[in-house]
Amino acid sequence: MEALMQDLLSNVDWVEIGIASWDTLIMVAMSLLFSVVIGLPVGVLLFLFGKRQLLEQPLAYAVLSFVVNVLRSVPFIILLIVMIPFTVMMIGTSLGVAGAIPPLVAGGAPFFARLVETSLREVDRGIIEATQAMGANVRQIVLGALLPEALPGIIAGVTVTAITLVSYAAMSGVIGGGGLGDLAIRFGYQRFQTDVMVITVALLVIFVQLLQMLGDRLVIHFSRK
Amino acid sequence: MIVFDQIEKSYQVGGKAIPALHPTSFAIETGEVFGIVGHSGAGKSTLVRLINLLERPTGGSIKIDGEDVTHYNASQLRAFRRNVGMIFQHFNLLSSKTVNDNIAFPMKLAGIYSKTEIQQRVAELLELVSLSEHATKFPSQLSGGQKQRVGIARALACRPTILLCDEATSALDPQTTQSVLKLLADINRELGLTIVLITHEMDVVRRVCDRVAVMDAGRVVEMGPVSDVFLHPQHPTTRDFVFESENIDSLELQQDFKKAKGRILRLTFKGESTYDPLLGSVARKSGVDFSIISGRIDHIKDTPYGQLTLALVGGDLAVAMAALEAADVHVEVMN
Repeated sequence: MEALMQDLLSNVDWVEIGIASWDTLIMVAMSLLFSVVIGLPVGVLLFLFGKRQLLEQPLAYAVLSFVVNVLRSVPFIILLIVMIPFTVMMIGTSLGVAGAIPPLVAGGAPFFARLVETSLREVDRGIIEATQAMGANVRQIVLGALLPEALPGIIAGVTVTAITLVSYAAMSGVIGGGGLGDLAIRFGYQRFQTDVMVITVALLVIFVQLLQMLGDRLVIHFSRK
Repeated sequence: MIVFDQIEKSYQVGGKAIPALHPTSFAIETGEVFGIVGHSGAGKSTLVRLINLLERPTGGSIKIDGEDVTHYNASQLRAFRRNVGMIFQHFNLLSSKTVNDNIAFPMKLAGIYSKTEIQQRVAELLELVSLSEHATKFPSQLSGGQKQRVGIARALACRPTILLCDEATSALDPQTTQSVLKLLADINRELGLTIVLITHEMDVVRRVCDRVAVMDAGRVVEMGPVSDVFLHPQHPTTRDFVFESENIDSLELQQDFKKAKGRILRLTFKGESTYDPLLGSVARKSGVDFSIISGRIDHIKDTPYGQLTLALVGGDLAVAMAALEAADVHVEVMN
């Protein structure tokens, strides 16, 4: 049995797999962190600038919305390439784990911003009205009422963004980004090592499953409805 | 005192101004329970939101205790709103906060209360609305009536002098409605709070209000003490509301009038005379016979009243009417 396994997975270098998994984890974690840090305020502004909202600003909304749409409509594989000069400017290299993070954030932050905007829109307008009637200013309404009320939706948004980033991170292997995707392309695809391909894909599936389960748990924990 | 002076509100829809409230002037006295009744879309919701400026008026002014509030800047407005509590049809509690934190929320927003002050006040309010044992629950674990009680406690947190009630009992069952209305009446009496209450149910007005304004299509069409408006409605809209609340089908009533013989009178008693054995003595004195076509004996706020529609036959009608009027009964001839 053991011999059979070894035979089937003859090309698999477990140390290499371990390093690649760790790299993927780091890429997803770091890009998720920056996507949330950038996407959350952008999403809040999108909501506030929107039609019939607290800070209705048609022009500001149009500009912000356009930028988000552009970043979201460019296929990620193209975004990876387009971002190379900016990435080099920012961190000195476009390769490896570090080089993959800027394009991942460029793809993840606008995606998350839209999800934040949507979940804020789902908060009952009556709650905004009640908070206004208590004499709250916009900052207090956002921090004290809107974000806490939208928290389950926002956590679900973080989960979806994290899962999207897992697949984006795998794609960054194309431009030498490191991680499981890189392994799958260099060994699984270019050297026809099907066993490596199967293992990396299996690991990615497990990773996504774990993220979804964790996200769902958190959503339930914070839902009071 | 809340004084509306030619206050108006219109909305811009596709470049055209659609009026929601035509220029309106009247005053709400300090300490009274003032009802605003009207069908949905009559403008009552707009009117009540003008008081705390959730809606900006497009003309006119609102003076509260002599001060024009329509010209307040943002920070004055926020301070002013702390003086005006508001409760809502759908309660609008924060689902993410406990009962405790919901009630403490306006005090925290105000930023002028210490932690111990907030704790004390919340405990006091929980006592007032009898929810002390539910302090750590979330709104989703409460019944509708309990949610509205939390809403009331929250509205009172910063010790306002005005309480606005936006269809506060419309989402509640009749029994819960009664207990919430009783709570509002108690608050009005004990705290001397001015309450402005909007509703589409005349029954709510009858139970708690001192005065009422009836609205129709953006205008106040009738206004006065509840007993006057309720017992002697003038405007067709008011009449509809009163009949509706008494389950009277006016068409059916006309049919009954046709079937009845003799003179049809509507008698309105108010106060203690409601309980006097008047009809028998009047019948004996004048020799008329009577049959009762419809009737109701009830209370307007704390005052008992009765309203009977009678058909009188035979005897001396003039004597009977004189005797009724002498007994302070309001008599209307219906045919």
